[in-house]
Amino acid sequence: MADTTPSLSRHSLEQGMAVALQGQWTAARLAEPRTWATLQRELPGLRQGDESWDLRQIQRLDHTGAQLLWNSWGRRWPARLETLPAQRAVLERVARYTVALPSPEHHGPFYLWERLGRQVLLVLSHLQSMLRLIGQLALDLLRLLRAPRLGPWRDFSGHLYHIGATGLPITALVGFLIGVVLAYLVAQQLKLFGADPYIVNLLGISVIRELGPVLAAILIAGRSGSTITAQIGVMRVTEEIDAMRVLGIARGYRLVLPRVLAMAVAMPLISVWTTLAALLGGMIASDLTMGVSPAYFLLALPDAVQASNLTLATGKSVVFGVFIALVGCHFGLRVKPNTESLGQGTTASVVVSITVVILVDALFAVVFRNVGI
Amino acid sequence: MSDTAVVEIEGLSSVFRTDGHEAVVHRNLDLRIETGELMSIVGGSGSGKTVLLRQMLGLERPARGRVQVLGRPASELGAPGAASRVGMLFQHGALFSAFSVLENIAFPLRELRTLPADLVRDAALVKLRMVGLDPVHAHKMPADLSGGMVKRVALARALAMDPPLLLLDEPTAGLDPDSADDFCELLRSLHQELGLTVVMVTHDLDTIFELSTRVAVLAEQRVIVCGTPREVMAFSHPFIHEFFQGERGQRAQTLLQDLPQGG
Repeated sequence: MADTTPSLSRHSLEQGMAVALQGQWTAARLAEPRTWATLQRELPGLRQGDESWDLRQIQRLDHTGAQLLWNSWGRRWPARLETLPAQRAVLERVARYTVALPSPEHHGPFYLWERLGRQVLLVLSHLQSMLRLIGQLALDLLRLLRAPRLGPWRDFSGHLYHIGATGLPITALVGFLIGVVLAYLVAQQLKLFGADPYIVNLLGISVIRELGPVLAAILIAGRSGSTITAQIGVMRVTEEIDAMRVLGIARGYRLVLPRVLAMAVAMPLISVWTTLAALLGGMIASDLTMGVSPAYFLLALPDAVQASNLTLATGKSVVFGVFIALVGCHFGLRVKPNTESLGQGTTASVVVSITVVILVDALFAVVFRNVGI
Repeated sequence: MSDTAVVEIEGLSSVFRTDGHEAVVHRNLDLRIETGELMSIVGGSGSGKTVLLRQMLGLERPARGRVQVLGRPASELGAPGAASRVGMLFQHGALFSAFSVLENIAFPLRELRTLPADLVRDAALVKLRMVGLDPVHAHKMPADLSGGMVKRVALARALAMDPPLLLLDEPTAGLDPDSADDFCELLRSLHQELGLTVVMVTHDLDTIFELSTRVAVLAEQRVIVCGTPREVMAFSHPFIHEFFQGERGQRAQTLLQDLPQGG
């Protein structure tokens, strides 16, 4: 079997240099690092213009190989060239079709300024369509109240299961671990002051009022907010949303409303569930580190935390849920019909919904600073 | 190389299992495709045409039997260097949506990692013009292209490494008649100029009669007949009767009469 590595050999004749090529001049063979290094050393030295080229010993010449030769000939036919007819055809095709790449669109002098403007307009358009979504949701709620029997209850229960029930294990695990971590941290500080029993107050207030609802909301935003965006986004990519519209089915009523309702119901429940898990973790950890018994913990908890905190936490969770669902639907409906846009939409949805959750939480903290503490 | 088969399928069985349910797509299927042929695979919906292509590409595993492509088992195709052996045009193009047109075509060449950027760019541009597209489209994204252009770019990408075997899944589906005719013309000229072996799955009778040197008919989980369009037409089978003798078939056959030998 002959050597198939692409290579070239030279010898001097009276009329100048003669170059003979051998082997398989195909993309895959040329790209072998050692072969490429050798060729790159030898090819540029051959550009005097008076060599005669003999390609007839080449076993296979593909378009990439021909392109390499054509480029190294300076995109002109060499003075003397011997080829087989098939090789000639490939070379002629390469010669005919080689062009300079048209440069991409030029940026004008005001490009940056215009880009800033586009960003501002983009934010405005987001706000506008968000506002429209909320308005549509209000109208859909009225429609639901007028005829509750005709509501999208099957969709609602499906979403309730997927957002709520299937989210229970992960929220419980994270809540429990955060409770343990918090108890250990606080225990170190409280021991310094001999204020061991106050761990109940600290854990109770922080977990019930803040950490439980926020932790649950962030987990659900990552888990279910992204799902909502991806589901609706895929429906856009596959034109299902257009199909709904053509069939006369209101997308707000069938897609947005059940998701928002399910989220508004599931979120406070998950929040309570996460809070309970965190308190359990904290209780076990304080028993282990400081000897605060679970019995004392449970007894002291009602005195440490006023009931209004529970109301506040639950109310907050409903708002979180509504916002997560709205943001998810908003970004889902804005997905353009291509896969890249779907990925970007999902990422944006999660980032924005987590930010919104924390913003709303801060707002609640300021507005209700006199309640329950 | 001229007398060896490019694709050799012997006793192939394809079985799909879903939830304990078994769907047999192929049973004991034999097919041989010679170098330089332009073979059309036809069959009713769900007769396993696309699965057969996927078997040739090594994307599905045979439950039984042997699939040899270019003298090697098809399952070895997914390895590096696959692009230089087989080119595949997927039904919807399967262009990488994150890349521009030129980057899509250059992708197999660039993945070799050694060839310099300017050579890769020139080679990709040549392929772009070979499939009849203007270089001004080079910087567009796949989402901005029409259906016909997506198919052309996908064909250019399939041809990027000049593979000797080209597989096409419904090359003219979703194209208007004009673009479909253009695309057929392009395929025919590429087949002649590059000496490619082409295997295509299609429903389009015009494409079948215009292009193919041989036709394989899939029915009853196997190839019931394989031959030139004339031979296949003469074969007696209810599916062939339905497919070729229907109203659409009659129309397409007038094309066949114009051709000297039918293959």
